[in-house]
Amino acid sequence: MATRSNVLVCTGTGCLAGESEKVAKNLELIIKARGYENEANVIKTGCFGFCEKGPIVKVEPDNVFYVSVGPKDAKDIIDEHIIKGRVVERLLYREPLQNEIVSRQEEMPFYKKQLRIALRNCGLINPEDIFEYIAFGGYEALGKVLTSMSPEQVIEEVKKSGLRGRGGGGFPTGLKWDITRKQQSPEKFIICNADEGDPGAFMDRSILEGDPHSVIEAMAIGGYAIGADKGLIYIRAEYPLAIARLNIAIRQAKEQGLLGKNIFGTGFNFEIAIKFGAGAFVCGEETALINSCEGKRGEPNYKPPYPAEEGYWGHPTCVNNVETFANIPQIIMRGAEWFSSIGTERSKGTKVFALAGKIKNVGLIEVPMGVTLRDIIYDIGGGIPGGHKFKAVQTGGPSGGVMTEQHLDTPIEYDSLLEIGSMMGSGGMIVMDERDNMVKIAKFYLEFSMDESCGRCTPCRIGTKRMYEILNKITSGKGTMSDIDALKQLAYMVKDGSLCGLGQTAPNPVISTLKHFWNEYMAFIKDEDSPRGEGRYEAKNKIRSKLEV
Amino acid sequence: MSIKSMEELRKIREEHQSKVALRQSGENPEDKIEILIGMATCGISSGARETLNAFVEEIGKQGLQNVKVITVGCIGYCHSEPTVQINMPGQKPVLYGNVKKDKVVSLIDSHIKGGQPLNDLLLKVDFERA
Ligand SMILES: Cc1cc2nc3c(=O)[nH]c(=O)nc-3n(C[C@H](O)[C@H](O)[C@H](O)COP(=O)(O)O)c2cc1C
Ligand code: SF4
Ligand code: FES
Ligand code: FES
Repeated sequence: MATRSNVLVCTGTGCLAGESEKVAKNLELIIKARGYENEANVIKTGCFGFCEKGPIVKVEPDNVFYVSVGPKDAKDIIDEHIIKGRVVERLLYREPLQNEIVSRQEEMPFYKKQLRIALRNCGLINPEDIFEYIAFGGYEALGKVLTSMSPEQVIEEVKKSGLRGRGGGGFPTGLKWDITRKQQSPEKFIICNADEGDPGAFMDRSILEGDPHSVIEAMAIGGYAIGADKGLIYIRAEYPLAIARLNIAIRQAKEQGLLGKNIFGTGFNFEIAIKFGAGAFVCGEETALINSCEGKRGEPNYKPPYPAEEGYWGHPTCVNNVETFANIPQIIMRGAEWFSSIGTERSKGTKVFALAGKIKNVGLIEVPMGVTLRDIIYDIGGGIPGGHKFKAVQTGGPSGGVMTEQHLDTPIEYDSLLEIGSMMGSGGMIVMDERDNMVKIAKFYLEFSMDESCGRCTPCRIGTKRMYEILNKITSGKGTMSDIDALKQLAYMVKDGSLCGLGQTAPNPVISTLKHFWNEYMAFIKDEDSPRGEGRYEAKNKIRSKLEV
Repeated sequence: MSIKSMEELRKIREEHQSKVALRQSGENPEDKIEILIGMATCGISSGARETLNAFVEEIGKQGLQNVKVITVGCIGYCHSEPTVQINMPGQKPVLYGNVKKDKVVSLIDSHIKGGQPLNDLLLKVDFERA
């Protein structure tokens, strides 16, 4: 018989750390003890996004959302809610501003401005049960593509949707598929980039943990479109939960004939293998990733040739990000027009962000492109805790830059962020308040890039180290104006002279904080020789900036 | 078992839909019919649990997608338990008393599907609660 209640328990990494496994276990035990096993069902889901208030438990169909649930609360949820129909008030979310209780998920400010496409199944389905995915329409996009569309039509649809790569670069996905399709080669590959190494980011991991099948389905669709029958998922070994769920999902898809030979009886074959990374940031760069997949050192190559031309073992290879893939089945099912109606002129659809730092609602959000920073920080994020003042937000991790108060109303999209010297990146958003020192923040990111530099090219290997040393000197109060000049000079050298995206973007946090928080640099500088700020690199920089204009 | 066609996929989808149907309630609450069942101590002791299960069973069997069964606390009519309140979108709530499980099918047929409240079970109240 149909059960009357589903108790959804988040078993994403964040909530697991808060003992959600035990919560689920207790819920199950108590349901059994009360003789309700035929009436209520415990389902372990992926991340709901609201990790700050985890572990999360949601009761359906009542649509009641419980936060910060501990193992001891299981008893009340069953005895009060499931058995007597009384909502357990103390576990409801209290909206901090008005201190009002909000029990329905869609009324919570955290969820109100969100639109979930890539995350649509996260927190809704049991990621370890392929039938739940199918029940929500899963694998219909693959079926539709294989039985009624040509590869060209699929590519056309993805092109029309306006989807751009969510891995950071924002390259149009349909175009990448088209380029790979046009290569003459009997063998091609499609790779899912699940490396995700920037500090503060956990979007891709959460998608794989909460809804692995959507990525698998999309890879098969992509494989069909570009003419590949093999897919690889490159994931770092330190994401054990995502790996476990991927393995289960791949096995189940094979059992159901949705991976393997002759899928949907159409003669299309597709397989997926998992490759593990050891957790180096640079291995997320696509050419380094391909080297690592081949068992070589994870170092980037010169481009061109691009992977689409010459990738995995020399074959044309399309590398896409996890979130990029997660959008694909919805684009196929609901159409390019629907997708491109969301977002802005040049950035379509939604973007998933991992909110972290000095923000009340740390967690995972998905918003339409074009919402403002203010919407994200204040409405969804709940503002800055402890009554402190917002100062800046770093997007794009170590490759990005800061946005400040003056940018609060800038729409969030690829191009507008680049214009103000930040970038979308993969979606990490770290919020800083007035107590944070921006020079130290820049130093933190630079130290990360320095440590993660693969060392292949000199500007990046040595340049980031020298920049870091100068920053250290400045923050210890021994810096002079000429250090600032040298820092600037080096920043542009590293940017221009490095081979891959890591080095090319590593100086961004420094450049951007120099621009927006000059005063904080100056507060560290006590320069008696050049009190008016004229260091010895001044002249060179003048020439340089003239050349750039 | 291997899925070999869209028809087979759809069949599997239908087979498993009832399992997850409960979970989409949040999606468009506006056009959902709500069935509220009083599940306080007095309700349970006079058979509300059986009534509740009969509703869920029947709704599942008939594949009614726009109906949502919600357990609530005491509605305040302990003399007429089990009490059931039906909220049709845009209409005043209707309250029923003495809804034993054998009344469920006729309630669904007449009120939920036919839009006609069942007069002999009606509790006379004029209230503004939702
Ligand atoms: C240093 C560095 C790290 C990167 N890390 C990732 C990553 O973790 N995940 C990712 O999808 N892309 C990463 N990228 C971008 C990839 O090279 C590539 O552009 C992306 O996977 C393409 O997929 P998309 O078009 O779907 O965005 C990184 C790039 C650089 C330069
Ligand atoms: S820029 Fe840095 S990370 Fe990239 S190849 Fe050069 S040394 Fe390696
Ligand atoms: S891990 Fe549970 S809400 Fe994010
Ligand atoms: S050391 Fe290779 S270019 Fe200078």
